[in-house]
Amino acid sequence: MTRVCVAGAGVIGSLLAGHLAQVADVSVLTRREEHARTLNDEGLRVSGRSSRIARVTAAADPAGLPEPELVIVACKGTDLEALARRLEGHWPAATVMTIQNGLGAEETVAARGNWPLLSSVTFMSGTRHSDTHVEYILDTATWIGPYRDTTPADARRVAALLVSAGLKAEGFDDLRPAQWSKLIFNATVNAVAALTGLRHDFHYAEGLLGDLVYALVDEGKAAARAAGVELREDPWEMNVLATRRGHAHYPSMLEDVEARRPTEIELITGALVREAERHGVPAPLHTALYRLVKAKEASYSA
Amino acid sequence: MRICVVGCGAVGSLFAAHLAQLDDVEVWAFDASREHVDAINANGLRLSGAGEVLGRAHATADPQELPSCDFGIVATKAMHTEPAIRATSHAFRDGCVATVQNGLGNEETLAAHVERVIRGTTFPAGKILEPGHVQWDVKGDTTLGPYEPQPAPFEAVERLADACTRGGMPTHAVRDARGPQWRKVIFNASTNPIGALTGLTHGRVCERPDVRALVSGLVDEGKAVAAAQGIVLDADPEELIDHAARPEVAYDHKASMLQDVEARRATEIDYLNGGIVRFGLEHGVPTPLNQAIWALVKGVEQSWQQ
Repeated sequence: MTRVCVAGAGVIGSLLAGHLAQVADVSVLTRREEHARTLNDEGLRVSGRSSRIARVTAAADPAGLPEPELVIVACKGTDLEALARRLEGHWPAATVMTIQNGLGAEETVAARGNWPLLSSVTFMSGTRHSDTHVEYILDTATWIGPYRDTTPADARRVAALLVSAGLKAEGFDDLRPAQWSKLIFNATVNAVAALTGLRHDFHYAEGLLGDLVYALVDEGKAAARAAGVELREDPWEMNVLATRRGHAHYPSMLEDVEARRPTEIELITGALVREAERHGVPAPLHTALYRLVKAKEASYSA
Repeated sequence: MRICVVGCGAVGSLFAAHLAQLDDVEVWAFDASREHVDAINANGLRLSGAGEVLGRAHATADPQELPSCDFGIVATKAMHTEPAIRATSHAFRDGCVATVQNGLGNEETLAAHVERVIRGTTFPAGKILEPGHVQWDVKGDTTLGPYEPQPAPFEAVERLADACTRGGMPTHAVRDARGPQWRKVIFNASTNPIGALTGLTHGRVCERPDVRALVSGLVDEGKAVAAAQGIVLDADPEELIDHAARPEVAYDHKASMLQDVEARRATEIDYLNGGIVRFGLEHGVPTPLNQAIWALVKGVEQSWQQ
């Protein structure tokens, strides 16, 4: 795979593009014209865990980009519907990979074209300093699996490409065990962070708040069991481990509420609550947090 | 009759200024704020808003200056009950002490320091405008009753209620004051933290069906804990919640806990949802939603230290 298009140039998109440009011809589909111009002029700089300057071809219209073999749709979940609509009718031979938090991104993209689809989840994180500079903070893995008209071998091939670019990645026969582990982890940690303002540190593993996090994870596990998914990792252990990294991670949903932006609550906690309901498992605590975060979003407009 | 108001914030000031209208009552006001105390001693304690009242009271920030009193009325924020009564208990060796504070557990704290305790709940509210001057926002009733494990004589409860009523704060003496207390606690615990966590006013909380359902979930847990103790609520907290949501009542009201959170002040969550959880544990009633809300608001407080 030598031609990759990264669609969406936020933190994750920029990290992917900045690294993949070492091993592939990378194009970037941006939302804003001006962002594409700056990327074409200045390239994309990655600092932090790795350090590189990447040459990329950017445009705000897919028609202005070379036809890729692989498209990684890397926008936030809240922007996915709009982005999928822009991709409609383009690049029918390309394989498209989603990487959004939560559940349901694959369906959103699948509804807009017949591309072969891969699904993935990523634990990477970074901070976007400008349109052309992203800092790589957590160099954790991206997990990839087949979704539609793709095979585990396809997933492993893309994982190998990411690894060759200096990222951590792994391909799986079935992504759901990993995806659900992350779903439960995110539904819990992101919603608690958005409501309390707490960065992810020891508070999430101790005392009253630790008890709440544990109970939220438990509800999530019950939903996973009912959905027939065997989790790859225990989300409670993922939580405890993350709080011991010695670096209080700023969950994206906390950044969103502080900036008074729409959050990914629908795709994450909303998806978990709907799955629990579909399988007849009660999820009263996730339901409460889901409602509270929705209400917090409503408070942005006086 | 000598009455000392312990904690002369907004609510304490309402009691102190009204009681000071009576010829047969000598009012003392104990408060930690030196400016407030000095202003009261210099110019009296002034209320404006729902009514204009000026009362003369002996104010002090030094507990050693307090004479022996017939009654105490404790009106501090719930987290200050312990230090406040510890400092002033000597003045109530022969008297009775009432709480008119928010939340659960204040009576228990008072009972560890004084002999005779009065359980109380009050609905009037206001805010301090400047030292010695309080805005009186909301009129309302107060209910007093003996605290069962360590009661004040009912005759004493009636005397204090009578004085408050004559001074202009309508107050009822009842044998069991737990009903009004739990109604108010359930109301506060089910609405205040929702405002604090979401930033929404009371009316906006209530007009969202999903969040209103969460409020009812919290109310139901509180009612179950009250029922397990044999407490009969004097009215349904749901009615109070819907009444307060009306545009002409408190639609635009920012819950005091939301104001606390915005100003990064410690909240009374431990005594509201935390109190419901503790009493629920004691009586074998599960309260998972109240526990979740308690943990989230504690998390908000912890985030200020990060």
